[in-house]
Amino acid sequence: MAFNVNKIREDFPILKRKVNGYPLVYFDNAATSQKPKQVINSIVNYYENYNSNIHRGVHSISQEATDAYEGARKKIQKHFNVKNSNEIILTSGTTHSINLVANGFTELLNNDDEILISELEHHSNIVPCQMMAEKNGVKIKVIPLTSNGELNYDSFLDLLSKKTKLVFVNHVSNALGTINPIKSIISKAHDYGAAVLIDGAQASSHIKTDLQELDVDFYTTSAHKLCGPTGIGMLFGKKEWLNKIPPYQGGGEMISEVTFEKTTYAELPHKFEAGTPNIVGAIGFGVALDYLNHIGFDDIESYESELLSYATTKLKEIPELKIYGEAKNKTSVISFNVGELHSYDIGTILDKFGIAVRTGQHCAQPVMDYFGISGTVRASFSFYNTKEEIDYFCKSLERAIAMLS
Amino acid sequence: MEIIDVQNEIIEEFSLFEDWMQRYEYMIELGKSIDLIDSSHKIDSNLIKGCQSKLWLHAELNENKLIFKADSEAIITKGIAAVLLRVFSNQTPKSILEANIEFIDKIGLKEHLSPTRANGLLSMIKQIKYYALAFNKN
Repeated sequence: MAFNVNKIREDFPILKRKVNGYPLVYFDNAATSQKPKQVINSIVNYYENYNSNIHRGVHSISQEATDAYEGARKKIQKHFNVKNSNEIILTSGTTHSINLVANGFTELLNNDDEILISELEHHSNIVPCQMMAEKNGVKIKVIPLTSNGELNYDSFLDLLSKKTKLVFVNHVSNALGTINPIKSIISKAHDYGAAVLIDGAQASSHIKTDLQELDVDFYTTSAHKLCGPTGIGMLFGKKEWLNKIPPYQGGGEMISEVTFEKTTYAELPHKFEAGTPNIVGAIGFGVALDYLNHIGFDDIESYESELLSYATTKLKEIPELKIYGEAKNKTSVISFNVGELHSYDIGTILDKFGIAVRTGQHCAQPVMDYFGISGTVRASFSFYNTKEEIDYFCKSLERAIAMLS
Repeated sequence: MEIIDVQNEIIEEFSLFEDWMQRYEYMIELGKSIDLIDSSHKIDSNLIKGCQSKLWLHAELNENKLIFKADSEAIITKGIAAVLLRVFSNQTPKSILEANIEFIDKIGLKEHLSPTRANGLLSMIKQIKYYALAFNKN
């Protein structure tokens, strides 16, 4: 199927709306993606036709709902090329997934151990580690950034040691768009016997990842970043690890006391899925993956790469505009400032023109501190954005700058 | 001038603007041209929380009138602060406490009142009222 952005845009009802009298130009995809009617319809269809709780009820619609929910898990398994579907835990999102893992390692680690996290991390990756360290005294070491927004790989190698037990790194930086060399990071970490969690929230909408090939221990993502609904995500964990760490939440059939006897818990994945899950969310998640795979990730990647390069070139023509993070490998995210202007001012005026961007620290204060700035304007593109939108964005940005200068 | 009269004056001025651009251009002019705060007052304890850009508010009582000064890193926030100060500064604590903020809606800046907006406007108004409360006790 040939990639046709105009045809694709027809699938997204929200792209027809106006903001402040202007057509919406949605460049905040790193915050959340828009949803195609296929995903929206699957949600409505669930509630209209087979909504039911999924704990193996005797009646028919309960079975239909269960099949759809577990069917979504299988879609996720297939998409990420995971060996066993019981290594896919359905969670409420990446933040939940990371907390689940950090909580799991709380009692496994102590103050002789070290964990590595990167300076690029989103707070959802940093804070759970800090909370864990408060409980078990584990030492947190930080892989530093370089001036082009990449991880300092040599420093990473220096920091790795026999004491390293966990490495937490994002696949793609939400603040800068940098794609990290996770395959080598994982391989090197394994040489030291450390487990690796990769936060794939920002990657999954742009890159199709083969988790077996990656040999990663934990991988997380959120559906709402990839055209799926909010409130649902997944945590992949190698069976050996998921069997080792205790459950995060009690409820449903779960016991309240945490011990390390395997037989006390429900089998995977249900050990980590207490209570009634976000059934409709999981179904929507699966449909979103179907939708993206139907377009094809090769086409998505190459089109978004065109958008990135087009926008970068145009933005660089604007005087005093500075782009942060110019890694060789990036997803379609551009974080920038203009002279001394505050990102909040620029974002506010752009909004008046119907343009949605994000401003501020992007939940990545260490990145902002590294560059010595209070925040940036972040434009993040998706496969349903167009070059015309980028042209309009640049023109509006110039008008905003003129107003503010 | 009574607070209500200042508010009505501002509402009249803003009614002359034809569209959002003129409103914002005015706010930006206010923000750029007014040097509102002494740098000695730009300290952490004067920071208004909940703001994407730094916003400082300083209060002093002078002959039973509260004098406010404010500043921000973001020009538009500074402009909004300038409007607020025009309304609330150099007024008695009692009249500040009794004043409402409906005029903000009337000048087309209601969007800045939403608590989810990261510009601290609501927090600034709250802080002004807290100062008024504190100084009213004396």
